[in-house]
Amino acid sequence: MQQTDRVLLSGNEAVALAARRTGMALGSGYPGTPSTEILEDFGGMGGRAQWSPNEKVALEVALGAAFGGARALVTMKHVGLNVAADPLFTAAYTGVVGALIVVSADDPGMASSQNEQDNRRYAVAAAVPMLEPSDSQEAFDFTLRAVEISEKWKIPVILRMTTRVCHSKTVVRPVGEMPAPAPRFEHDIAGRVMIPAHARPAHRRLREKIAQIAAWNETSGLHRVIDGDRSLGIITSGISYVHVREAVPQASVLKLGMTYPLPMEAARKFAAGVDRCTVIEEGDPYLVESLRAGGIEVTGKPDMYRFGEFNVGRVRRILAGDTTPEPAPPRGKPPALCLGCPHRTVFGVLSKLKCIVAGDIGCYTLGVLPPYQAMDSCVCMGASIGVGLGLRQVLPPEQARQVVSVIGDSTFVHSGITGLVEMVYNPPPTGHVVLILDNGTTAMTGLQEHPGTGRTLTHETTGRVSYEDLARSLGIRNVHVVDATKDESAFEKLLSDSLSADELTLIVARRPCLLATARIKAYEQAASAGTRK
Amino acid sequence: MMEKDVSSGVTNVVIAGLGGQGVLKASDILAQVAFDEGLDVKKSEVHGMAQRGGSVTSDVRFGSEVFSPMVPAGEADFVVVMAPEEVEGSKRYLKAGGVMIIPDDVPVTSLDSPRSLNVALLGVLSAYLPLPESSWLTAVKASLAEKLHEANVKAFSLGRSVGREKQGSSAR
Repeated sequence: MQQTDRVLLSGNEAVALAARRTGMALGSGYPGTPSTEILEDFGGMGGRAQWSPNEKVALEVALGAAFGGARALVTMKHVGLNVAADPLFTAAYTGVVGALIVVSADDPGMASSQNEQDNRRYAVAAAVPMLEPSDSQEAFDFTLRAVEISEKWKIPVILRMTTRVCHSKTVVRPVGEMPAPAPRFEHDIAGRVMIPAHARPAHRRLREKIAQIAAWNETSGLHRVIDGDRSLGIITSGISYVHVREAVPQASVLKLGMTYPLPMEAARKFAAGVDRCTVIEEGDPYLVESLRAGGIEVTGKPDMYRFGEFNVGRVRRILAGDTTPEPAPPRGKPPALCLGCPHRTVFGVLSKLKCIVAGDIGCYTLGVLPPYQAMDSCVCMGASIGVGLGLRQVLPPEQARQVVSVIGDSTFVHSGITGLVEMVYNPPPTGHVVLILDNGTTAMTGLQEHPGTGRTLTHETTGRVSYEDLARSLGIRNVHVVDATKDESAFEKLLSDSLSADELTLIVARRPCLLATARIKAYEQAASAGTRK
Repeated sequence: MMEKDVSSGVTNVVIAGLGGQGVLKASDILAQVAFDEGLDVKKSEVHGMAQRGGSVTSDVRFGSEVFSPMVPAGEADFVVVMAPEEVEGSKRYLKAGGVMIIPDDVPVTSLDSPRSLNVALLGVLSAYLPLPESSWLTAVKASLAEKLHEANVKAFSLGRSVGREKQGSSAR
């Protein structure tokens, strides 16, 4: 492709392309809508892309690469950053050598998530610079700028995307590339070994970096002013910017690029030059609170617009001060477990046995819907096991024996293993049953590989984690592998017996996802053809 | 300084259907045709849970300059619906005087494969848009495996002639 060619890309594709153009040595992450395609595209373009068991490990791997002088990209959905928050906060202290770009793909409106947390708060909390692209062009450009900032100040940078930026396709002219330095390790014990004696000065260094970046950001070129009618000035960023330009094309706009640290003087000057200055931001009132704390007089949105994603219509309503109830969009056909989905049999049995189901995150969360309605909790990745154990610990025995933890294969590898350790270490009086729904793929996010499939992100054969061997090695004596669809009554009897056995049991209900079966077969054939060569 | 209302030159299309019907494929083809004609184009949809057989919509907007990737309710020039049960709910996107293209416009029995319905309905849409037929055919072929080309080119042409009739009758 010519450097100046015009291409139609999703925001995710644009980040992947920029990652290639900046010579990222490694892309790591865990699949999560709307971030998933970034690494798949990066891998497809020839980059070294790999799924980690979870976001914490992914960020640590990327951090190691950046310590080694390489550029690294780590991608996750917004709730993934909760998992990766531990390394992130201290990586801000240690800093990096090669660029470390953390993509947080937020999901305002929860198209496919369990909450709509606003990860701009993480930038403030961890003291890590944050850039917010508005479209695919900026997703490309800002990835390059993020590399520049990360290496200039030796600090991780968060690239905050949202669902509409990730998945909308817009026209991009991908101009520019930044050859990467060769990786090489240099010792820096005081800089990277965060014992208190080293961390105290590291925290001071971090605050000094942020102060420098804030001053630099005033003239960084990452924000711009659209001069319009001075009766109304709007400060905005990310996807909200494009809605604003359409809703009020005549208004003056300060469009922010780096939203932490903020260019406060640029904002002050802009606000002073308009009659009325208002902030249009999706999600939390982050910008409005920050600007007000800086003594800039701005108005925000009514609280009802904190919920859900923005569109042009909602921006118009906010600007008109309209707080009348919004018309509910007509309910379309809700998603459902596919016909022929192996989870269907399992949820039929869970429903029949009137189980108390501590559920988890994945396609199988749809087991909550009629006709099954066989799920009683779903909180975060891996929570099924901890929540199930907590219920078993306190409920009267007859109710406790109805409790089962239900978790998917990819989710189990992500955050279920420590739950299994908890089960062995603090066994409830009535024992417990963990049911792994192993469909051989990460189905919900679009059939990604994981450590339990034994194939890499790009589907080559690699080491495979065996859940049953893992459970046995932990000392769980009752380990069963079944195909519930093949023999439903045997599965029902096994589950029923296990629930009331007062012992610790792991059942792996194994049958490939119907959508993945053909692909899995093709990968296996390719692998065996490769072995024969 | 007043800027002109840039959104006035934008064509808004909403494509609606159920997961697995090829809604996203259809919107990709449309976006590609507009892109190949040198227009600014934005395309938006929601992935993830909705894919599991639920309602899916995809917005495509093109013109000299497009801002938001999402078609505001009541501003779609065209709504293309692939599933009969989605017709009613999709009406809210349509602007007054906009054109609704529904699955009945191209009876499935007239198609070699019901899976070509998405491309056939794009054919209907194409009759209303000032985008060259050659660009459409190029984009259709580029987005599908070669063994599917014949059936889909046929479906597109059938849809396009249906669209021409439909347009003619509505003009009268």
